[in-house]
Amino acid sequence: MTTEAASETEVKKEPEKSEEQPAAAEPDAAAQTAEPAAGDGKKEPEQPKPAGNNPAGDNPGSDQPAPDGAAPPAPGEAPQNPEAPPPTSEKKKEKEQPAGKGISRFLPPWLKRQKSQSQEPPKEAPKEGSEPPAKDGEPEQGPEGKEPTPEPQPEAKEPPPEQEEKHSIGSADTQPVKEEKAEDEEVKETEEKKAEEVKKEEEQTAKPEGKPAKSPLKLTKKMKMVVCQVAMLDGTQFSCEVEKRAKGQYLFFKVCEHLNLLEKDYFGLSFKDNADQKCWLDPTKEIKRQIRSSPWQFAFNVKFYPPDPSQLTEDITRYLLCLQLRQDIASGRLPCSFVTHALLGSFSLQAELGDHDPDEHRLDYISDFQFAPSQTKELEEKVVELHKTHRGLTPAQADAQFLENAKKLSMYGVDLHHAKDSEGVDIMLGVCANGLLIYKDRLRINRFAWPKILKISYKRSNFYIKIRPGETEQFESTVGFKLPNHRAAKKVWKVCVEHHTFFRLVTPEQPQKAKFLTLGSKFRYSGRTQAQTRQASSLIDRPAPYFERTSSKRVSRSLDGAPVVSVTDSALKPDASAPALSSPVAEENGREPGLELPSDSKSKLRVKGENIYVRHSNLMLEDLDKTQEDVLKHQASISELKRSFMESTPDPRPSQWEKRLTASPATSLRLQAQGSADVKQKPEPGELAEVEIEETVVIEEIRKAPKAKPATPEIAAVPEVAVISAAAEKEKKEEKRRSREASTSSESHSESEEEAEYHPQVASVSVEQIKEEPEEEEKEEEEELSKETPPPAVSPAAEAPPDVTVVGKGAAVVVKEEVEEEESAENTAVPADEGQNGHPEAPPEEEEEEPRVNGDASHEAERIPQVICCSEPPVVKTEMVTISDTFAAQKTEISTKEVPIVHTETKTITYEAAQLDGSGDGEPGVLMTAQTITSESLCTTTTTHITKTLKGGLSETRIEKRIVITGDSDIDHDQALAQAIKEAKEQHPDMSVTRVVVHKETELAEEGED
Amino acid sequence: MASVRPYGHFTHAVVRGIPESFGRKAEGGETDGECETDLAKAQRQFGVLTGALRQKVGLQLIEIPPDPNLPESWRIEDVAVIQGDTALITRPWKQQRRSEAEALRRVLSELNLTVVEMGGEEGGSGGATLEGSDVLFTGKEFFVGISSHTNHRGAEVLADTFRDFAVSTVPVCGGARLKNVCSMGGPNTIVIGNSEGAKKTLRTMEQLTDHHYEVLTVPEDMAANCIYVRGASKMDFLLHRPTEECPNSAPAFQKLTDYTLLPTACSEAFKLGGVLSSFCLLINRKLQI
Repeated sequence: MTTEAASETEVKKEPEKSEEQPAAAEPDAAAQTAEPAAGDGKKEPEQPKPAGNNPAGDNPGSDQPAPDGAAPPAPGEAPQNPEAPPPTSEKKKEKEQPAGKGISRFLPPWLKRQKSQSQEPPKEAPKEGSEPPAKDGEPEQGPEGKEPTPEPQPEAKEPPPEQEEKHSIGSADTQPVKEEKAEDEEVKETEEKKAEEVKKEEEQTAKPEGKPAKSPLKLTKKMKMVVCQVAMLDGTQFSCEVEKRAKGQYLFFKVCEHLNLLEKDYFGLSFKDNADQKCWLDPTKEIKRQIRSSPWQFAFNVKFYPPDPSQLTEDITRYLLCLQLRQDIASGRLPCSFVTHALLGSFSLQAELGDHDPDEHRLDYISDFQFAPSQTKELEEKVVELHKTHRGLTPAQADAQFLENAKKLSMYGVDLHHAKDSEGVDIMLGVCANGLLIYKDRLRINRFAWPKILKISYKRSNFYIKIRPGETEQFESTVGFKLPNHRAAKKVWKVCVEHHTFFRLVTPEQPQKAKFLTLGSKFRYSGRTQAQTRQASSLIDRPAPYFERTSSKRVSRSLDGAPVVSVTDSALKPDASAPALSSPVAEENGREPGLELPSDSKSKLRVKGENIYVRHSNLMLEDLDKTQEDVLKHQASISELKRSFMESTPDPRPSQWEKRLTASPATSLRLQAQGSADVKQKPEPGELAEVEIEETVVIEEIRKAPKAKPATPEIAAVPEVAVISAAAEKEKKEEKRRSREASTSSESHSESEEEAEYHPQVASVSVEQIKEEPEEEEKEEEEELSKETPPPAVSPAAEAPPDVTVVGKGAAVVVKEEVEEEESAENTAVPADEGQNGHPEAPPEEEEEEPRVNGDASHEAERIPQVICCSEPPVVKTEMVTISDTFAAQKTEISTKEVPIVHTETKTITYEAAQLDGSGDGEPGVLMTAQTITSESLCTTTTTHITKTLKGGLSETRIEKRIVITGDSDIDHDQALAQAIKEAKEQHPDMSVTRVVVHKETELAEEGED
Repeated sequence: MASVRPYGHFTHAVVRGIPESFGRKAEGGETDGECETDLAKAQRQFGVLTGALRQKVGLQLIEIPPDPNLPESWRIEDVAVIQGDTALITRPWKQQRRSEAEALRRVLSELNLTVVEMGGEEGGSGGATLEGSDVLFTGKEFFVGISSHTNHRGAEVLADTFRDFAVSTVPVCGGARLKNVCSMGGPNTIVIGNSEGAKKTLRTMEQLTDHHYEVLTVPEDMAANCIYVRGASKMDFLLHRPTEECPNSAPAFQKLTDYTLLPTACSEAFKLGGVLSSFCLLINRKLQI
């Protein structure tokens, strides 16, 4: 949530940021926020707070009311909180703990809650009146204060089975959504005012979320601390205790703090997976889920090699880059000629030892250094010879010279991956700042600059790039490569997406903000781009931090084996520490103040990237406008930038994740329910998860609608819902926000869950294979899809009202050329209205089919969340647009369980007729029959899945039609779709169309550069 | 790295005289018996070329005496690839040419260059062949033309020798050599012919490079082979085919303002597939370091 909120807020914030940030900047406000955060446990603290609020609203039906009531007061109380920080901190801790305890599952709800809470506070404040705007700091505190009370309850609830919790959560989410919708309009007004506050809060929360701290451990029962070993570039080992559920970001921040590094965007943490492959730790995801069974051992590495190191702002950054390059050279990863080895080695000597001293520096004085993979006496002599010529160079100058020479190496910054070409020939894929390089042996045989790449995708173990047609070519071509396995393919894909974003884009954000409807999840780089980090770096004004160069450490290492971290710390000088090191309290929390502050960073982060995994990314689509805006915004809030820089790191994502987790319950359920389907979905983890998220959101919206109309008993089933109904208008508003948040959170949760599951699967080779297969099936084969669908279908049916036979006709339209935007726009419009009417449905089946997702969707999805935060209609939030038919609206129960999982990167638009779904849990019906019929004609391929299920004596026949319309933009897809739907209706007059899912697989021809 | 300098800074040129066996059909060789070559004229042209390099451009010229037993030894460019202070002794496609390098090795050693042997890998290299006329070094990277005389294995050896640089392989059409259709015309300028084959080669180079080059297109492929040297006083010298040999390309060279253009004939060598650059190995051997 936070992340989403952050993103949204960020968008708005950027302008606002200046305002907000200043406020935050203000010692008082900052201190307050920081303290609470610290107390809570660093980043999480904030979350906990929100969680507390949410719980009140969502979780305990009975309890919630009270919390809600409490919540409103909170704003007023907020001031008090500052006074009594300890309690809040404790409470927070408690909250955190629950979250911590709650495994991913637990977390999700909490996160959701947290998110909602965070959002709520602002809303509440507005409602209450007048207090809100004036007090920036207060609102935040208020939420925190509220949180505490709710927290306890949530914790109690959490203990129950995860699944149940999830369900409840899901229901809760849905309810909130409803309320939100109703309230949205009202809220919007207030929101604008409060928006700023909220944003602030969100930012705060976001920061905390990003850093689940240790503090939780103390309080939480389940919270477990894990000691991470991080291999630093100087050869030392940095050990850091993190909460078991901490996200990559947290650890990364700790490491950067330890290093006193501000220009951290070039760096990352890596780990070795069980296949001994080096993987980057995703800052937005939980560490545990990424490393799985691998030991908690990481390495601090350069992730993005700056093409021009001289543009780095600080010497310490250059120094670290030097260390990385020395490592690369010594290991042979960065091939050099003899002369270059010698030259670079001589600069290393100059940097570490200073001027050559004939007396002190005998030939053997360099024996400790490794200049090349295989070091010869001849080389050492040459190094010494060159060392003598560097007399007078300061260490910083020597480093600069080192980099000036190293950057010219052809393999500088090239990340190589083994692959085979279409003919099975062994090649290497090299991802670098400029694009993708193809090597055969040592020879460069092809090169694809980013501007020439229209799309990057992977499927199974294949990696594809779609190339912009050349001057003499009419058609774009797709080049495919075979990687050793699915994971490798995804890894390359992710690296490509990250490099493209970092080096090629001004901001991580995607151009398509406006589109609410976009569907499809995409992985994106969430950090800052090079342009952003440069800008941020330009604002660094601290005295150059003191740091020790390797020599001493190297020595120590040689002596001790692993130098103690303390050395580094000591190395760090105060100046840097001042900003970075927050008050002791912050440290206690485990996070730097900077991290908490990151409102800016959050906003940035949000903007930059949301956690969406898109298989296909439209690299070419770059929104300059947005980026520029972002830039301007950034500029506007210089102070924030500074702070953010210090703290900066994309915290937002974590929050999203958490949110998603919370929301995820449904998905989790589904996953559990769906055996095979899950597996399939899992393979695509990130992406799938994302998609699911979107879908969940939709559901929530639908749910919201029902709530708004009647305080339906149905809702009662879900405690949270009940609470909502009870809640006063204020509460409703809050709930709405919450729901929104929840929805967003749900998304995040779903992702996280998927990831979690995914990882495990991945862990075992067999599992991976399975995953791959499923993915393939889903994407490519309709039949497989049908298989998958059945399970979900059943579950929905069970929940669905017994009386009604729901005939779902899902038409998946795969459009291959740029139709997306138009359609999406339409969809968005509709959904919002209908969303209210709509009832919760279980779209899973269709969504599952959707696997074919284009990269575009993901972008939109990310954007969407942001928009939502802004106070726009909840519907907007979701990428998936669900249109429920009026007739279907009869029953409104929240069926969270049925969340479609989309593996694809394509945009998916779902029109849903309200289905009569029973409670989400509904018993899965018995699958009577299932058959698949496929027919093709012209440009359309129709696949019909007929599924009969028995639920408690009621039989439900579900027909899913998948219609693939292939063609150029010439084809009127809308017309084709309409025709298809019409035909479907005619064929089955006695059935109703409950869902229409439109998958657009479009390749944005958005221009790239060049 | 060692090659921080832009292309064109050379101090020495190594050449090898025209043997009396010039134009004689080498056994199993490809020399075309059809065309009659004028030995005296060839030697005159060679003299003009070397004179220009020494007196106009100001390079230190090292001339290896011709060896009648090596009719193609004047094409010294094929025998080695030199970058910085590293010289790779190549493995020409023709067996009988592989002994041409012997005299060169001594010279290169005297110049204190690091000599890397490619022939030593004969067994293990699986028939790697490489000729210098298929290698275009731009100052920033290598392009290796995969031709009838140079194969991928040869290019790999080159890449393994000059590790600092990107080595890209490009196709060469029509049985020619890479440098028959292109050459460096400046620190950042590639002179390229206008034939379809040359265009294809250029497109490939543009596709593969990380850098940006100016492209000077000349109507005749043969005109695309020039010798560019950035002289001591930052003068740009360009040896190119004279108007009488390449009438259509003369205007193109006039575009190179501020250049000292040195029309140099090479008609006789051209009959044997040779071009201007075939005659010399350019070396930068300043006493750096």
